[in-house]
Amino acid sequence: MREVAVIAFAQTEHTDHDEGLTDFELIHPVIQEVKERSGLSRFGFTCSGSCDYLAGAPFSFVSALDALGAWPPISESHVEMDAAWALYEAWVRLQHGDVDSALVYGFGKSSMGDLREIMTLQLDPYYLAPLGLDQVSFAALQASAYGAGRAELDEIVRRSRADGRNNPRALDLDDPSGEEFAVQPLRPYDVAPITDGAAAIVLAAGDLARELAERPAWITGIAHRIEPHYLGMRDLTRSPSAEAAGRAAGVGKGPVDVAELHAQFSHEELILREALELPAETVVNPSGGPLAANPVMATGLIRIGEAAARILDGGAGRTVAHATSGPCLQHNLVTVLEA
Amino acid sequence: MPSEPLVAEHALEFPGGYTRTTGPVIGRFLTELRDGRIVGVRTAEGRVLVPPLEYEPETGEPVTGDYVEVGPAGTVMSWAWVESPRKGHPLDRPFAWALIKLDGADTALVHAVGADDAKAMRPGLRVRPRWKPEADRIGHITDISCFVPEVTAMVAPIRMEYRVRPGRSLSRFLEGVRDGVFLAGRCTHCDKVYVPFRTSCPECGSAISEEVELPDTGTVTTFAINNLPDPRAPEVPFVSAYIQLDGADVPMIALVADVPAHEVRQGMRVRAVWAPPEERTLSMANIRWFAPTGEPDVEL
Repeated sequence: MREVAVIAFAQTEHTDHDEGLTDFELIHPVIQEVKERSGLSRFGFTCSGSCDYLAGAPFSFVSALDALGAWPPISESHVEMDAAWALYEAWVRLQHGDVDSALVYGFGKSSMGDLREIMTLQLDPYYLAPLGLDQVSFAALQASAYGAGRAELDEIVRRSRADGRNNPRALDLDDPSGEEFAVQPLRPYDVAPITDGAAAIVLAAGDLARELAERPAWITGIAHRIEPHYLGMRDLTRSPSAEAAGRAAGVGKGPVDVAELHAQFSHEELILREALELPAETVVNPSGGPLAANPVMATGLIRIGEAAARILDGGAGRTVAHATSGPCLQHNLVTVLEA
Repeated sequence: MPSEPLVAEHALEFPGGYTRTTGPVIGRFLTELRDGRIVGVRTAEGRVLVPPLEYEPETGEPVTGDYVEVGPAGTVMSWAWVESPRKGHPLDRPFAWALIKLDGADTALVHAVGADDAKAMRPGLRVRPRWKPEADRIGHITDISCFVPEVTAMVAPIRMEYRVRPGRSLSRFLEGVRDGVFLAGRCTHCDKVYVPFRTSCPECGSAISEEVELPDTGTVTTFAINNLPDPRAPEVPFVSAYIQLDGADVPMIALVADVPAHEVRQGMRVRAVWAPPEERTLSMANIRWFAPTGEPDVEL
């Protein structure tokens, strides 16, 4: 495998409301920031992740290219997924050996529509979407199947929000309180907040990475695995695909200082900790994680960015980032980063 | 710059809905649903997938052409309760989402369960489909309106009417109460005084012929604080107590009032509060309740 590293990461100051920016206005500052940090202004490959249903417009990602400077023509691709998968595509592209750098970005404004119902559209269109099964409802089915304890969930939310308050990019959310349910057994605070935001990462291979970064965050393992789409065909009490991806990425081959997990519901953190067999001493989501800021389609990429940032800043030696897609942790991407 | 932010309302819609072809496997399932049947499809390994998929999820092998009728009853594997239904939801009242393993199936179906409240839901709950009327079924997952719990209990209305007479002992006692006195019976054999008046001794079985008039004062021997309203009580909470009338050997049950409930205690001295003489009838209602006399407590 060709050595590839994260050498720069930037993200917006995420908001819980629409700041009135178009997608390219949202992205432009973070693209500028990673260009400055990496010292690169052109890239061998560019890949983004976003979802047209968030904006309610087809090919909405195309206009986002205005933020890049796509002339003379650039080599560009897009995934209709969280931008963590755009990073995976860029990593694969760098394995070809003919280009040495890649720009990856993701963005989403959940404030514009109804995220719970937008996420219904990703479901099986014959058996599930016509029932109107919304995002919080299917997550609650998994929480119920897993049977998480209330105190344990509350503690995850409390810790995530406290860490989020210390992260200037995340939302300022109060300690969880209230007895009402969103969909039982989930309370409103078990659900990641509606967030607008964007993030960008620069990847560089081999010597270019060493040249541009003092302490590159080397991707020593990256893998994704998926499960059947129909919820009733799966064991919702665990995440076999996260388990398999974690094993393939080599999570267990060394200590894990920090793990950034794409848990959009508090119980998902418990399932993911088990799937990735994270030791008790691993610090989980020190950024606050998705429960403190969830700019959909950038949230997974931010996990990789945050895990890489701990290495770039010298705070950690080996970190793990997880990203997910699909209902109830259906599809999972695990990245191992090392100094 | 405009002073108000510009906002436009925007809808993304396929007017009339988006038409999808079903293929043979899903088409068979939806066709059977329209006819009021639920079928699964058998995989090469012999598992029955419900709802049918075109490929076995674990191996990717195409499923067989063998369709198996399942259910209609099934078992709830796990559930989530929706207290406030959303506009896209299948029911417009609180309901549960559930993974339901239909009898004969090896996988679970996701659907709604129309239960009265979250307390009615549990893993293991047996449910059956509630079908839309045949004329309204079109070959769609919502041809099943929802699942409903199997019947495990029913309510049988029972009401009988009787004419009841108090009997000789109680009639005699009530005559006393109408006249403002408590009549007791004394067993000469046991030397015990029973109130209300009775014609036989519950201890030795002897006939009682001696009537004794007792005063309307007594002592609380034990009591309970009641938090459910009762038409006889002046307020909630109220106190019902055993009161041993002076001169009696057994206590009588009555209300205690004109005192905060938390101040009532064992050994407290009380006196009957009577209805005014002109309102009195042959009824215990003549004694409204007992109220503290203010005398020192009695050692029981």
